[in-house]
Amino acid sequence: MSEVTPRAGDPTITPALVAEHGLTKGEYERLVAMLGRTPTFTELGVVSALWSEHCSYKHSRPVLKTLPTTAPYVLQGPGENAGVISIGDGLAVAFKIESHNHPSAVEPYQGAATGVGGILRDVFTMGARPIAMLNSLRFGSLEDSRVRYLFSGVVKGIGDYGNCVGIPTVAGEIVFDPAYENNPLVNAMCVGLMHEEDLIRAKAEGVGNPIMAVGARTGRDGIHGASFASEDLSEASDAKRPRIQVGDPFTEKLLLEASLELIKSGHIVAIQDMGAAGLTSSSAEMAERGDVGVTIDATKVPTRESGMTPYEILLSESQERMLVVAKKGHEENVRAILTKWDLTAAVIGEVIAEPVYRVTEGSKVVAEFPGSRLVTECPSYSPEARESAAIIALRNTDPAAVVPRPEEKDHAWTLEKLLASPTIASKAWAYRQYDSTVRTNTVIGPGGDAAVLRVRGTNKAIAVKTDCNGRYVYLEPRVGGRIAVAEAARNVACTGARPMAITNCLNFGNPTKPEVFYQFKEAVAGMGEACRALGTPVTGGNVSLYNESPSGAVFPTPVIGMVGLIDDISHVTPATFQNDGDAVLLLGEMAGELGGSEYLSTIHGKAVGAPPRCDPVREKALIDALLEAIASGVVSSAHDCSDGGLAVALAECCIANPDGESGAEIDLSAYSGVADRAILFGETQARVVVSSASPQRVVAIAAAAGVPCAEIGRVRQNSDSLTISLPTGSLRASLGTMRRAYHTSIPSIMSRTVEHATFDELSPVAAH
Amino acid sequence: MKFGIVTFPGSNCDYDAYHAVTEILGEEAVYIWHKDHDLQGSDVVILPGGFSYGDYLRVGAIARFSPIMQEVAAHAKAGGPVLGICNGFQIACEAGLLPGALLRNSHLQFVSAEVSIRVENSDTLFTNRYERGEVLRIPVAHGDGRFVATNDVLDRLEGEGRVVFKYADANGNISVDANPNGSERNIAGIIGENGNVLGMMPHPERACSDLLGSSDGVRLLESILSRVAA
Repeated sequence: MSEVTPRAGDPTITPALVAEHGLTKGEYERLVAMLGRTPTFTELGVVSALWSEHCSYKHSRPVLKTLPTTAPYVLQGPGENAGVISIGDGLAVAFKIESHNHPSAVEPYQGAATGVGGILRDVFTMGARPIAMLNSLRFGSLEDSRVRYLFSGVVKGIGDYGNCVGIPTVAGEIVFDPAYENNPLVNAMCVGLMHEEDLIRAKAEGVGNPIMAVGARTGRDGIHGASFASEDLSEASDAKRPRIQVGDPFTEKLLLEASLELIKSGHIVAIQDMGAAGLTSSSAEMAERGDVGVTIDATKVPTRESGMTPYEILLSESQERMLVVAKKGHEENVRAILTKWDLTAAVIGEVIAEPVYRVTEGSKVVAEFPGSRLVTECPSYSPEARESAAIIALRNTDPAAVVPRPEEKDHAWTLEKLLASPTIASKAWAYRQYDSTVRTNTVIGPGGDAAVLRVRGTNKAIAVKTDCNGRYVYLEPRVGGRIAVAEAARNVACTGARPMAITNCLNFGNPTKPEVFYQFKEAVAGMGEACRALGTPVTGGNVSLYNESPSGAVFPTPVIGMVGLIDDISHVTPATFQNDGDAVLLLGEMAGELGGSEYLSTIHGKAVGAPPRCDPVREKALIDALLEAIASGVVSSAHDCSDGGLAVALAECCIANPDGESGAEIDLSAYSGVADRAILFGETQARVVVSSASPQRVVAIAAAAGVPCAEIGRVRQNSDSLTISLPTGSLRASLGTMRRAYHTSIPSIMSRTVEHATFDELSPVAAH
Repeated sequence: MKFGIVTFPGSNCDYDAYHAVTEILGEEAVYIWHKDHDLQGSDVVILPGGFSYGDYLRVGAIARFSPIMQEVAAHAKAGGPVLGICNGFQIACEAGLLPGALLRNSHLQFVSAEVSIRVENSDTLFTNRYERGEVLRIPVAHGDGRFVATNDVLDRLEGEGRVVFKYADANGNISVDANPNGSERNIAGIIGENGNVLGMMPHPERACSDLLGSSDGVRLLESILSRVAA
């Protein structure tokens, strides 16, 4: 161990400074005990980043360990930059989802853009070429002008970044609910394709190997971004705008090509993105994984501005940078590849045998930690978990007791309202801003149940989707967690894909509140149950806590990113009706569950009742039956039944594709035990609307699998409406009315003014 | 026949063009690095889509100064075919290979969609496998696709049959609604004075497979093949 003394000009360590760095008294004592002395300012900065919630998972790790992570085809599970699964033929898919919520709440354009950049780097540092981007977004009500500002800024940020790098954005989900009013959620997912032999891990190895910083230079942007992401949003958050990084997609594109070339070249042993907590976390994590020591000289890091201190250099979150462990003697080869792409590469340190994490400024040691204890000894908490009595009361509210509005006498009125609600309405306003066809693999792009990408050189395709219904999780976290996984699996299966594995992004409130930690624990338990039953292990993900604003915590939102495999590309199945006269079938049961529905939320402004039941075993049976029917060639279309229930699913089958509308004639009068509105708008799970020219075959396959299946009507391409007969009434909605509601809702809201408001200007919003 | 596909550092459709030429057309293709001065004996040059040098300044403004553009200009001047797609169209305009300019879309948003374009002239190096008036389905994906030029230039382009494609609806009607970016006179693609340089915003290389939605772009490549080979 070297002698470490305070650096001239650095502030003195005081309790106030410690508090400012987000360390609790206990955590600070832990640090002093580890060092056996008072930390330097640089050391305090390093620890504040590494032990932040964002980097350390200190509140979530023990719970996350309960998730299933293995399957024969999982090549890389959690703990790396991204998860990797084999899809056969020597090919593998790398994928990961990550949040950029806090930055996007304050600076939506850069927040979202750098979220895309970060997740891209996580995937290509595994050796995979990114082939698709997805996202999962949550905002408050679009009626609010600041929400429109956030929404348009986030969409533009996602589009501008992905479009420039040239990776298609192919799928996602966007939900609007007052629960996300001041704390939007911006989760970005990236999917990459690679040859199995190109898989590389971020593990520092080989004493004497040089550590190199490559890519963009280091500036003063984003310092303490990780800590910022680990606290509640407040009126003071706007002042932390400088903690937000600024993205440069053109440099990212260069870095992508250079990194893939580096990995192929054999000149390096490890590569890692300098993401959250920048150089600090990338170097400490690589050392810990490799069980070696590292030494880094801050003066050797290429900087964008002069006079940066070691503290700033270590904590900068400047974008488009990578940390590389090169093979000794290959430094010039590495530099040549970076130079080809007009990027810098500099040796900044070395892998050492001595078990320390050391940072120097020239010859002077400014930070030194024993071994990998910096990472391994980070605190871990198991806070109290207790369900909120208020939420129990909401769940126990009987949805059937909600009195219908007078207009609901005409079910078509209700359907129109739901189709126009921004959560259900077409999101083309957003995804028309995303290049979804570059790289020419997109078989099904945005707007389908899941996106489908062909895998060149094979007869295969992969299907990808993000999903979560936060309202369900809010009302009953365990059930909501199950549904998030099951719905993602169902969506992927509707395109003809076998669900393979998931990545997840767990967006919750402040974990030190027992009500929030209860939600977290229960939701993860529910996810685990569904993952086990469906055979879709977790290969990685991200936890985003402290999603709270002065108006309270967001709905607990564990977003699932699902990857599925289609073995035969001829099985790819569309969501909308295709052929006149096809029978329409409902796979799954009719339970009429209205609890937690979009209907109650949109029409009545209520989040009440128990969410629909979810039995993962039944979900598995449904998916198996659906995939068998698709493989038998008897399915013309398949569409998941989710937000807005069966009526919305049927309407979408009719009008979601503007180039191929169909009418339909549906008869649900046989379900006499269920109320009309519950038949139409209840969101019972494990259901899919299928159209088929061979309904008997579909019925037989379902029967053999023990899945309820009923023929409920016919596709009528010459009809200009959707008609539904019900036990006591009926619904008749013209295609024109449904089309207008569904396709023009978001564009017309977004044509209103978008104004940039800051937190200070916001009027207080009542807690939901 | 050999196709040379120029790779600027921010090109991102070079790969798609390469695959369209090699897999769909069955011809030879090579990537040509922007820092080089050698077209490697290419018969046809493709300037692909993307964001050549980030395009933070003005689209294509820096790319025109890249080393390889000297050879591309010489190739065009000598009558060699040049196909500029999307960013390639923007670069061709900046480099003076084509008249006019491409500005930010009139609605100020990036637009990614499959659109319909009508073939205005089927007697060109690039369109001889189409019928005049035929409607093609082809994706667009751009933020700066609004073609502008002075009225004199526009009149001349139209008068000389150099407007090759116009945005139209599915039935071939030219309308404001069918125009995804506010281009003057719905112009989607034009050829140069000598007919050997085509610039177009839609992506024919993305319309080469029914599996992906359209194969209407294949005949554009075949058109070049039939003329140059003949």
